[in-house]
Amino acid sequence: MLLIYCPYCQEHRPEIEFQGAGEAHIARPANIADISDAEFAEFFFIRDNTKGIVFERWRHTHGCGRFFNAVRNSVSDKFIMTYKAGEPKPELTEEQIKAAAPIAKKPVAQKSDSAPSKADKAK
Amino acid sequence: MSISSATAGANRIRNRGRLNRARSISFSWDGKSLNAYEGDTLASALLANGIHLAGRSFKYHRPRGILSAGPEEPNAIVDIARDTARRQPNVRATVQEVFDGMQANSQNRFPALNFDVGAVNDFFGPFIPAGFYYKTFMWPASFWKHVYEPFIRRAAGLGTAPTEADPDNYANRYAHCDVLVAGGGPAGIAATLAAARKGKTVILCDENADFGGHLRADIHAQIDGQPAMDWVASAIAELRRLDNVTILNRTTAFGYHTANMVALAERVTDHLANPDPEMPRERLWQVRAETVLIATGAIERHLVFPGNDRPAVMLASAAQMFTNHFGVSIGKRVGVYTACDSAWQAAFDLHEAASPIALIVDARSEVPSQLLAKANDLGIAVKPGHKVTATSGRLRISSMTVEAENGHGKEKIPIDALIVSGGWTPSVHLFSQSRGRLAFDADSGRFLPDEAAENCICIGGCNGAKSLSETLTDAAKATGSKPVSCEETGSMVGHQIGTSNGQPGSAFDKSFIDFQNDVTAKDVRLAVREGMLSIEHVKRYTTTGMATDQGKMSNMHGLAIAATELGREIPDIGLTTFRAPYTPVTFGTIINHAKGKLFDVTRTTPIHGWAIEHDAVFEDVGNWKRAWYFPRPGEDMLAAVNRECAATRNAAGIFDASTLGKIEVVGPDAVKFMELMYTNPWQKLAVGRCRYGIMLREDGFIYDDGVVGRLAEDRFHVTTTTGGAPRVLNHMEDYLQTEFPDWKVWLTSTSEQWAVVAVQGPKAREIIEPFVEDIDLDDMPHMSIREGRFCGVPTRLMRVSFTGEMGFEINIPANYGRSVWETIWERGQPLGLTPYGTETMHVLRAEKGFIIVGQDTDGTVTPDDANLSWAIGKKKTDFVGIRGLKRIDLVADGRRQLVGLKTLDPREVLEEGAQIVEDPHQPIPMKMIGFVTSSYWSENCGRSIALALIENGRARMGEKLHVPMANGAIAVEVCETVFIDPDGSKLNG
Repeated sequence: MLLIYCPYCQEHRPEIEFQGAGEAHIARPANIADISDAEFAEFFFIRDNTKGIVFERWRHTHGCGRFFNAVRNSVSDKFIMTYKAGEPKPELTEEQIKAAAPIAKKPVAQKSDSAPSKADKAK
Repeated sequence: MSISSATAGANRIRNRGRLNRARSISFSWDGKSLNAYEGDTLASALLANGIHLAGRSFKYHRPRGILSAGPEEPNAIVDIARDTARRQPNVRATVQEVFDGMQANSQNRFPALNFDVGAVNDFFGPFIPAGFYYKTFMWPASFWKHVYEPFIRRAAGLGTAPTEADPDNYANRYAHCDVLVAGGGPAGIAATLAAARKGKTVILCDENADFGGHLRADIHAQIDGQPAMDWVASAIAELRRLDNVTILNRTTAFGYHTANMVALAERVTDHLANPDPEMPRERLWQVRAETVLIATGAIERHLVFPGNDRPAVMLASAAQMFTNHFGVSIGKRVGVYTACDSAWQAAFDLHEAASPIALIVDARSEVPSQLLAKANDLGIAVKPGHKVTATSGRLRISSMTVEAENGHGKEKIPIDALIVSGGWTPSVHLFSQSRGRLAFDADSGRFLPDEAAENCICIGGCNGAKSLSETLTDAAKATGSKPVSCEETGSMVGHQIGTSNGQPGSAFDKSFIDFQNDVTAKDVRLAVREGMLSIEHVKRYTTTGMATDQGKMSNMHGLAIAATELGREIPDIGLTTFRAPYTPVTFGTIINHAKGKLFDVTRTTPIHGWAIEHDAVFEDVGNWKRAWYFPRPGEDMLAAVNRECAATRNAAGIFDASTLGKIEVVGPDAVKFMELMYTNPWQKLAVGRCRYGIMLREDGFIYDDGVVGRLAEDRFHVTTTTGGAPRVLNHMEDYLQTEFPDWKVWLTSTSEQWAVVAVQGPKAREIIEPFVEDIDLDDMPHMSIREGRFCGVPTRLMRVSFTGEMGFEINIPANYGRSVWETIWERGQPLGLTPYGTETMHVLRAEKGFIIVGQDTDGTVTPDDANLSWAIGKKKTDFVGIRGLKRIDLVADGRRQLVGLKTLDPREVLEEGAQIVEDPHQPIPMKMIGFVTSSYWSENCGRSIALALIENGRARMGEKLHVPMANGAIAVEVCETVFIDPDGSKLNG
């Protein structure tokens, strides 16, 4: 079960206190009534759904009730950081990204001379 | 040494073993009474009584014996009962401790363990190859439901489930610690001591009753200058005295979850004869640890050779455990077949303790000279570079056939037990569950922990240590301490995975890999020949590793044989995924308290008790219990609802509306916020007036609705649907916090602060009037709200109606809800006031065409579809959903619109959800143009009524349509949604 740091409570709390709330940094257009179909689709429907680093919203529903943002690696499930709603999208350092990266499936040092199998090609 | 004549079994060894022999206890095995000592497992007790035959295998019903002394046991799977309700199938006899009065029974046999009809499958074995079920039960499709599936279900499956409810209780605890140590062998104990002495909070758990791990099977090792088990005893005693250490025996770490959350299953009472009924049977621990030290040891493998599954074939380490810890002799003429050094020491221990060794066969031609010398000293015959090619004996092994690697010197040796070792498989289960990476070490034929994904360290046998000194060094390294000194005799060097080279596989060859699922080497080879390239496919095709033991002994053999057959290396084939639980966990442990009343939250209103006393039938609405209807003696639901409906329209009804969601919206920007959240205009709503509000999502579809009252310029009393309250508040908070954080608005849920009594009907005003203070009812038109007092308590009195009658919703503080209700009830009764439930509420609102969000809408309905365009503020420049409503598909022709339906036969009541077509004679599949959303018998209309969403519904007034049902199509006529009082004169009366 994930441990999530609430930037308002300033504590790590278990996942069951929180609700995910989708991708972060999607601002509601101020002139929303006037935007085009394509712009509306971009705002409402289209999401990056990245495999890897994701910027996402959470709400500490069973705690302080505040919405906040988080950066997480969706493969390793490791959080890089959380920050308050309204704060700008953070620039990540190489170290931060590396620390949350999943471990490679095969040891980097081990080199296979054999031709890639069918399964490997399918990936 | 000799066999003792003690009462607890004829095969006890004098002066051997660590059990307390002061008192014997009795248990039954297949109805026969036997004795054991406290501390015996069922396996050791059976062996002490000379019983090796413990079960029948799954597919071939072959007689099987006790193979191991631990949780990896695939064969001795039994049914354990305390009484008729407390019975558990599929228990491993090697784990279950014997208690006085225990009833143990063998499984998967008929009529008896030593004579089983199903064993005929064994002779048909060549005709039940891998993938047999896939190949055989293919057609015709109709046979699946009635022939194949019942057959497979009856033939397959171990044990029988208990039929009575489990009377035991189960507990749950959360714990946090600096260090969790999983496994209480030498590595785990040494690491716990080191961490505890540094002041860390430590939890140490071990699945067995006694700590020590494999040391329990060892009588030679010394640690810190004393016999190893003495060191274990003093270490555990020291740890138990420390406040910062929690010691949990009989506790299995079975699941490693994200962020160092480890699940433990503690068996609290399963070993006790008369457990305290207050004690939980088992306890789930959810431990969050800063660091996890995985000290889970290693599991010995069997060897794959023909006839390797006969009763009294046993792992060498298990035989050593039964001899040295339990003091039980497993045979009087024991054969040894090994590829690992450790089995030699086991053989020496057995030989010296009343189980003479007939011959040690080692598959390796090179065996350490000191082992050969020791065997020579003890007078034990040895054959290095040999293999066992056959065994005999149906209910217990009686001989093994041995030959040299080159096939020469074939010899049949009479034996009554055979101990085997193919080397040791590190228990990397927890590490792998944590998503740590494994690496294959070809030299030792083992997958070993490589890079960790969580903050955990593997120590000892699970990390590849092959000796006690390596184990203790590991523990010291992980805890930054000095290694404890030790002396040892055994080592885990040597291994064989898969079959010996060149062993043939005839159609009748029974070289078992997976005992519980009856998978042989031949089956794996066949699977590969039939095109299974990945180990995941081989596993599913042959079912190897898919039994309750999850292949703890078999997986490496299956992998090696598949790799050989494919001509590839083991790491290229991959390893099947390790998943929780490590060993079977009861459902009781997993659900623990969450059963019966604690299964889910039950919400009741302040008036709930009154409804119970007045015979209400309840329905579940979300977590709420709501009074559904109030039947009088002799009334069915329809009769009760008809009476309630008529009474409300003719006199008055009283209804508990307390479950309505209520949100207080307050602040200088409250009206601006309401303009954003709801489609309606709010600026001009006067203080003291109410308005029906519609909330959309950004996509333009209806999300919720409810009446909103304006209490002050900056204060709104917002009501939501009963089920929608939490998500509406979440939706509001989302916009307020993240889109408009500068707005000065505060949102508070008041759903449970206000009880709501609805009084509806022509006599509603007459009934409530005497209780109203500080409010002028003459000055309260329909859709108004006032603050004052009611029965002397503060109220928010709303004149609103969900029935179409003149009505009031009286909000009072929840604590006064029932007394206010009873006061109104007392006065109203002589005037014809009738309590009604949610069903009557549904009928009355449908008679007026009022929608219920979630019933008449489904998340794809716009306000216009529901005839609610009037509720959209036409001059507004923004509200949630304003842009969504303009989407092409939402303004296109042909949308489904809400209309009324009248069946041509007025007595016919449609089914909600029924589909609607234009022509009932068109070919199937018919074109569906809509569906029924609400349908009731309306006593007030004297006919059935219905609401439906139908394509271009509003343009179809008077049109005849059809609702196809199983018994023929029902003809209906499209009509307006309002069935009663279309001009609303009753509301304003």
